[in-house]
Amino acid sequence: MSVTKKDVEYIAKLARLELTEKETENYTDQLNQILDYMEKLNELDTSNIEPLSHPVENFNVFREDIIQPSVSREDALKNAPDANEEFFKVPKVIKTD
Amino acid sequence: MLQYKTHSQKLNLIKNGKLSLTENVEYFRDSINKNADLNAFNFVFEEVVEESRKIEEKIHDGKYGKLAGMVIAVKDVLALKDKPLTCSSNILKKFKSIYTATAVQKLLDEDALIIGKTNCDEFAMGSSNENSARGVVKNPVNTEFVPGGSSGGSAAAVAAGLCDASLGTDTGGSIRQPASFCGIYGFKPTYGRVSRFGLTAFASSFDTIGPFARSVDDISLLLQVISGKDKYDSTSSDKEVPDFLSEYQNATKLKIGLPQEFFSDGLDPEIRDILYDYISKLKTDGFEIIDIHLPHHEYSIAAYYILTTAEASTNLARYDGVRYTTRSGKKDDLINMYTNTRSEGFGDEVKRRIMLGTYVLSAGYYDAYYAKAQKVRRLIQKDFFDAFEKVDVIITPTSPFTAFKLGEKTSDPLQMYLSDIYTTSANLAGIPGINVPVGSAGNGLPIGMQILANQFEELKLLRLSSYIESNYLKNEVV
Repeated sequence: MSVTKKDVEYIAKLARLELTEKETENYTDQLNQILDYMEKLNELDTSNIEPLSHPVENFNVFREDIIQPSVSREDALKNAPDANEEFFKVPKVIKTD
Repeated sequence: MLQYKTHSQKLNLIKNGKLSLTENVEYFRDSINKNADLNAFNFVFEEVVEESRKIEEKIHDGKYGKLAGMVIAVKDVLALKDKPLTCSSNILKKFKSIYTATAVQKLLDEDALIIGKTNCDEFAMGSSNENSARGVVKNPVNTEFVPGGSSGGSAAAVAAGLCDASLGTDTGGSIRQPASFCGIYGFKPTYGRVSRFGLTAFASSFDTIGPFARSVDDISLLLQVISGKDKYDSTSSDKEVPDFLSEYQNATKLKIGLPQEFFSDGLDPEIRDILYDYISKLKTDGFEIIDIHLPHHEYSIAAYYILTTAEASTNLARYDGVRYTTRSGKKDDLINMYTNTRSEGFGDEVKRRIMLGTYVLSAGYYDAYYAKAQKVRRLIQKDFFDAFEKVDVIITPTSPFTAFKLGEKTSDPLQMYLSDIYTTSANLAGIPGINVPVGSAGNGLPIGMQILANQFEELKLLRLSSYIESNYLKNEVV
């Protein structure tokens, strides 16, 4: 499976990254190298193996359904690049023309 | 020079009036300034001097916590309320924590003094501390060499005597490898032993928090304090925490496994010889040494970098210019604002891992890479579980080589990834590990021994490390 420049551009778009021409070239080369190395895993027959998603397999952790204090609105907005007293502010989404 | 080797010695000196804690803190602050070229710290806190007076009073009044007066630095991926939390990334340059990480709070509750926050690879992604937006960290043993990563600042700060101990994080070796490169103890606990609340997520099913120190005694003390169930982290374990500090000295003749796969090609012969030397000493002293196999070891790096980049690409999706301080200055619409903020804010290695992670999770490739790697993760874990049926602990090298030169591996990401060859499997399996500084190579750079145990058997690691420390290393550790 080899990765083309076009693939890299598509992946960058999914990841919300804009790459320079040079970055696109570098990442194409490097992803190919790294993914080539990862082909190694195909030497193993894993057809009867259950995937492991967590190293210490826990059961669900529940608590009583009682309201408990959490982060205040003021604190949550403290680090916002743009906010008013109540909300995070972002560039306008709805276009009006 | 410090007059003590362990925290309990320090505490006694303070109690007897032979050491002023405030002077001790001033000494550390002075040392940090004098060693500014190491670049170990992102932030040093002024108020620690004032706090030291209060703690000193508490000690003299006889009412004090287990860590009273211990001067600790924490990696800048851990939250401390109202203090900067940058993860050594430009995207969090101006971010201030709105709460304190549980592990850090537990240090404070026991009267530790937090002297500052240490430099690291951006979002803890790296093996050399060269991926930091705040500049590279240098190895205090020889400043032409890397300190290891990603917790390079935490390791360098302890090795250079800029604090008593530090906290780091270990996702694939980021505590053990820098401890090995800098010649100190570094401990990665079992996954879930220490709460991850307040740790900036990199790969959530791999991330752990652990201590760096210059003695097994201090490692045991710190591990004791930071371990335990936390209601703010549902993956933290409710397994009982043993009394590490009072039990680690009970030397028992553990069965030690030597995995052939960790001593074969690619290992620096000088490191192999030193380790075999210690192993024969242990054998002479009555420890049973057993050859074992971890047959899927050679697949660990591939599985590790698929799974952790996948988790990272997901975890780092949150940095979009809406909630975390930094937003691109370019005037643009919402989607482009996300893209501009991320493209300007993340460094090269972080982008590479986001790209790789997004690729392995993308439609059409998920089964081939991500699901496959999860299955291999189970095989690697099973190798360890099988091995621990036969042995108590496993001894390996921590790194295939001693610290490498600054800039030596930066142009080849795959070679950099391969340098984690002996450490990532513990994170895949969720088991604990320690680096024991066992000596130096001919070039003067430190050599580390890694000891691994089964999940929640940290005590065995501390016992063997302590045996090695007190019987073989008396004059060798800094």
